[in-house]
Amino acid sequence: MIVAEPKSFGELVEMVGDHRRLLVASCSGCTAVGGVGGVRQARELACALRIHFRIRGVELATEVAGVTRQCDPEFVAELDGAVDRNEAVLSLGCGVGVQFLADRFNRVPVFPGLNTRFAGGLTAAGIWEEKCRLCGDCILHLTGGICPLTRCAKGILNGPCGGSQDGLCEVGDGMPCAWQLIYERLSSLGRVGLLEQIRRPRNWADSGGGPRRLGNGGAGE
Amino acid sequence: MNKVSGLARLLEAGHFGVTCEIGPPKGVAVDTLSEKGSWVKGYVDAANVTDCQTAVVRLSSIAAAVHLKSLGLEPVVQMTGRDRNRIAIQSDLLGAYSLGLRNVLCLTGDHQRFGNHPEAKGVFDLDSVQMVEMVRRMGDPGEFLCGEPIRGELPVFFVGAVENPFAGSPELRVRRLAKKIEAGAKFIQTQCVFDLEGFRRFMALVRARGLDRRCHIVAGVTPLKSARMARFMRDQVAGISIPDKVVNRIEAGADPAATGVDLCVEQICELRRIEGVTGVHIMAINWEQVVPEIVRRAGLYPRPAC
Repeated sequence: MIVAEPKSFGELVEMVGDHRRLLVASCSGCTAVGGVGGVRQARELACALRIHFRIRGVELATEVAGVTRQCDPEFVAELDGAVDRNEAVLSLGCGVGVQFLADRFNRVPVFPGLNTRFAGGLTAAGIWEEKCRLCGDCILHLTGGICPLTRCAKGILNGPCGGSQDGLCEVGDGMPCAWQLIYERLSSLGRVGLLEQIRRPRNWADSGGGPRRLGNGGAGE
Repeated sequence: MNKVSGLARLLEAGHFGVTCEIGPPKGVAVDTLSEKGSWVKGYVDAANVTDCQTAVVRLSSIAAAVHLKSLGLEPVVQMTGRDRNRIAIQSDLLGAYSLGLRNVLCLTGDHQRFGNHPEAKGVFDLDSVQMVEMVRRMGDPGEFLCGEPIRGELPVFFVGAVENPFAGSPELRVRRLAKKIEAGAKFIQTQCVFDLEGFRRFMALVRARGLDRRCHIVAGVTPLKSARMARFMRDQVAGISIPDKVVNRIEAGADPAATGVDLCVEQICELRRIEGVTGVHIMAINWEQVVPEIVRRAGLYPRPAC
């Protein structure tokens, strides 16, 4: 899933600025699961912003509305009425959601309430970790289901580098060396011979030419 | 201008090679660089010029190599993939060749987090294995990574790579070394060896795969200047293994620097006896002036003409 974290309260206050009627839009997708973008977080944030402005002698009217997924135009359309009643929208969706809202509601500014961090999941209680770089050229079948592009600090395809020691990455933070993990996994699978093959340089053409697109526009199944 | 690397000719002729390392200055004043070059000239067959080692900005390795070459030294240009993509690496190497440089050492590069610009974007478009293969193919069959032919004279470099025998499982290290050799590395310089037993085990695995017959293995050594340096390298530097007995001997010595030189000379003599080791690479960190003494005392002076 997409993992995001809240922006600082001060940053949000600055975004709201002089706007007096604010829609806080939650998303029931990834950010709700991550505990930062659901209806509950939207209500709490709206309340905190009202209090902030009230003690400064400013009345901020807030409304909270949520959709199933902000990354889907059909769901986003459900916000039409709420947006009409407000001067600005604060989205608690990921960066994708914010942009879908901004595209549909170009009469009002749409602000990001979150910083979208990565594609990953929970690896321990309360710890989210990146697992996929969304590179578009998956090699997990060659690396024992461990992504070196994401989990090696240098993203190298023929590892490990010389900074791997006692199974840890030289970059620190107790991060394991992805290539040591790959070696161990492939050894236990009896497929360590895969490490003998030179992995050729990656084709980055897909990720450096503007937004990537997928699909045939509905032309056939 | 020599078409062929002098270091290659010397190693191919079966001489036990001696290389050292020279770090370029953190600025444009090249007098210290020239001074370092003059200290080691005649005592080494080639001098590696580091490429912003530990991710700290320094004068470029190619420019520094040209300065050293003008003094009559044979430089080895270090080239990392940390700061350049495949276009920049190939372009820089064409430039290096046009300036008369013939040796390239390909490295993935230290992570930018350790340097003086930790907020920089690490490039890492190519890792060292991929870079070795690309540089080899620029010379033979003479094409860019994209497959386009290179016109005119081909940049035939003597391509090297590094290996750290002490970074994780030796079995895994040797597998990776085999990939570098398969990719086209003709010489390998190792991380500094203090743990001779560990290195002997590593070399046994290297020989078991016949890798020593496919490339020149140049073992790294570093003279320890003080007990503080010995402890720091043992405890703080990733991928370096220093046995306690080495640290203890430096600590016990009345003159730690002299003991460090003694140890380094002894290590070189031990390394020369290991089958498959065809040279030593002396990394005298900020202490290049000690290189001649080490080379003399190890019985490696005078150097053969290359």
